[in-house]
Amino acid sequence: MKVLVPVKRVIDYNVKVRVRADGSGVDLANVKMSMNPFDEIAVEEAIRLKEKGVADEVVVVSIGVKQAQETLRTALAMGADRAILVVAADDVHQDIEPLAVAKILAKVVEEEKPGLVLCGKQAIDNDMNATGQMLAALLGWAQATFASELKVEGDTALVTREVDGGLQTIKVKLPAVVTVDLRLNEPRYASLPNIMKAKKKPLEEKTAADYGVDVTPRLTVVKTSEPEGRKAGVKVGSVDELIQKLKEEAGVL
Amino acid sequence: MAVLLLGEVTDGQLAVDATAKALTAARKLGPVTILCAGAKAADAAAEAAKLEGVEKVLVAEDDSLGHRLAEPTAALIVALAKDYTHIVAPATTDAKNILPRVAALLDVMVISDVSGIVDADTFERPIYAGNAIQTVKSSDPIKVLSIRTSTFDPTGQGGSAPIEKVDVPAATGLSEWVEDKVAASDRPELTSAKIVVSGGRGVGSKENFEMIEKLADKLGAAVGASRAAVDSGYAPNDWQVGQTGKVVAPDLYIAVGISGAIQHLAGMKDSKVIVAINKDEEAPIFQVADYGLVADLFQAVPELIEKL
Ligand SMILES: Cc1cc2nc3c(=O)[nH]c(=O)nc-3n(C[C@H](O)[C@H](O)[C@H](O)COP(=O)(O)OP(=O)(O)OC[C@H]3O[C@@H](n4cnc5c(N)ncnc54)[C@H](O)[C@@H]3O)c2cc1C
Ligand SMILES: Nc1ncnc2c1ncn2[C@@H]1O[C@H](COP(=O)(O)O)[C@@H](O)[C@H]1O
Repeated sequence: MKVLVPVKRVIDYNVKVRVRADGSGVDLANVKMSMNPFDEIAVEEAIRLKEKGVADEVVVVSIGVKQAQETLRTALAMGADRAILVVAADDVHQDIEPLAVAKILAKVVEEEKPGLVLCGKQAIDNDMNATGQMLAALLGWAQATFASELKVEGDTALVTREVDGGLQTIKVKLPAVVTVDLRLNEPRYASLPNIMKAKKKPLEEKTAADYGVDVTPRLTVVKTSEPEGRKAGVKVGSVDELIQKLKEEAGVL
Repeated sequence: MAVLLLGEVTDGQLAVDATAKALTAARKLGPVTILCAGAKAADAAAEAAKLEGVEKVLVAEDDSLGHRLAEPTAALIVALAKDYTHIVAPATTDAKNILPRVAALLDVMVISDVSGIVDADTFERPIYAGNAIQTVKSSDPIKVLSIRTSTFDPTGQGGSAPIEKVDVPAATGLSEWVEDKVAASDRPELTSAKIVVSGGRGVGSKENFEMIEKLADKLGAAVGASRAAVDSGYAPNDWQVGQTGKVVAPDLYIAVGISGAIQHLAGMKDSKVIVAINKDEEAPIFQVADYGLVADLFQAVPELIEKL
């Protein structure tokens, strides 16, 4: 079985994001970019499936600007076999919407015929939490979102999902789209020799036009603004003072 | 303008608070029909009909809808969609599972976690873990939105909307429910509680976490946790507060042994009053706390429990 893993290049999760003063978006100049953390978990899971003999090939795909090559190389260094870059924008500030990403991914799936697509649950830049579900819809496949456990059993997958009330386990028919949550695994670091090896692994470059997908956004960004700030309050010296303030000043007890 | 609101139905019961908060947002867009779907949904529909300002309640009952699986629920919504300009749901894990599937089937974008309604086409939503607020205008004929419940007050009761049965599309059989692991609890639900007490990695162990639970019980509060506490096995996953967990905005949020990473702040910084207990006076949580207590939690928390 082939496993396809879509990976997104995003601002590193440790970076304090700054909104541009003119409201046109967030500042991406000289900002550290990394693979979306959920996608690292998806890549890790795919590699483990290969190590267990369940998968025979792991293909990673990224859609966006040319620089997403670096993200794909990281995935190759972790252990993916092959990468596809779909160039869909020139400007790093242009985010491709989940619907367009899902349409391109659906075309990639048509060509590659994977038995499983492992997506991240959410991209930590747009926080949309949509692409995997949209891809499953376009393909008419089953979906299992927010996975914290995944077992492939023949032509089905048993997936435990993190939901509001606790955990839900479902069985989906393969091929399917699974989106991964934080607790699924802990991604490995790429070793230096593997980083060197990754440079020689195949990375195919395509464009959105090659797939005939229109990536024009459906949502126009009117403006981007800073959230209302929250000021630090006061330090209290003791538990007694805390209780007194909560009762008398804040009125919440 | 006409709005279809997916009621939050779990095991035949309506989650009234989440549904009523999404209803407040939905009513800004036009007359609202609430859809209650499930293996059993009649009781939920009766509850939904009592919410203020609801035009109509649709009830869809079928075994295939029993465990909120995405495929049958999305198919049902798509079958109803042509009569509506907006399809809305509270931003729960169920809705986040279902709505993007609905949107793709309708060839429109989904707009997740809406925190503000500017007009019928224009919405505000947080991005980058709430470090920026984006205002977006949709050009799609049908808008599919999930509503961040922590930013809307629930609508009141007092309605008496008519209830209508709707047909359920044939099941696809793509997925099958196996089991739910839900911890029963007498505590208030995390996203609707007036007080939340959360523990982080500083709490140190699952046994120590009982101290956090004890403090919560003393205050009639819900219990939350940081990701580090959940990953370390001190607390179950459904207690996680943050960018990728639950978003809460109680009257009082008490963070114990939590450093205050942006991913955690994303889930609680709209709380009315924030208290932080941390032994590190430099911890970033103090930058958002109204009342900060620099102390060892193993002393401060038992003392709090005793003195409250
Ligand atoms: C993609 C992604 C998504 C994430 N989503 C979330 C999310 O939704 N929610 C979330 O919470 N995190 C999330 N995180 C993780 C986040 O970045 C932090 O790692 C996490 O919040 C840290 O948890 P913590 O504050 O409990 O632990 P730490 O950062 O380790 O802080 C522990 C604190 O306890 C204090 N402490 C220790 N001992 C004591 C004592 N005896 N008395 C008093 N204080 C003490 C320390 O001073 C310290 O400040 C996410 C990360 C990523 C990459
Ligand atoms: N531009 C992209 N390129 C590759 N994968 C993507 C892209 N955007 C989203 N994805 C995938 O979809 C997941 C969810 O993203 P989102 O729906 O944007 O929150 C991510 O974790 C990725 O696995």
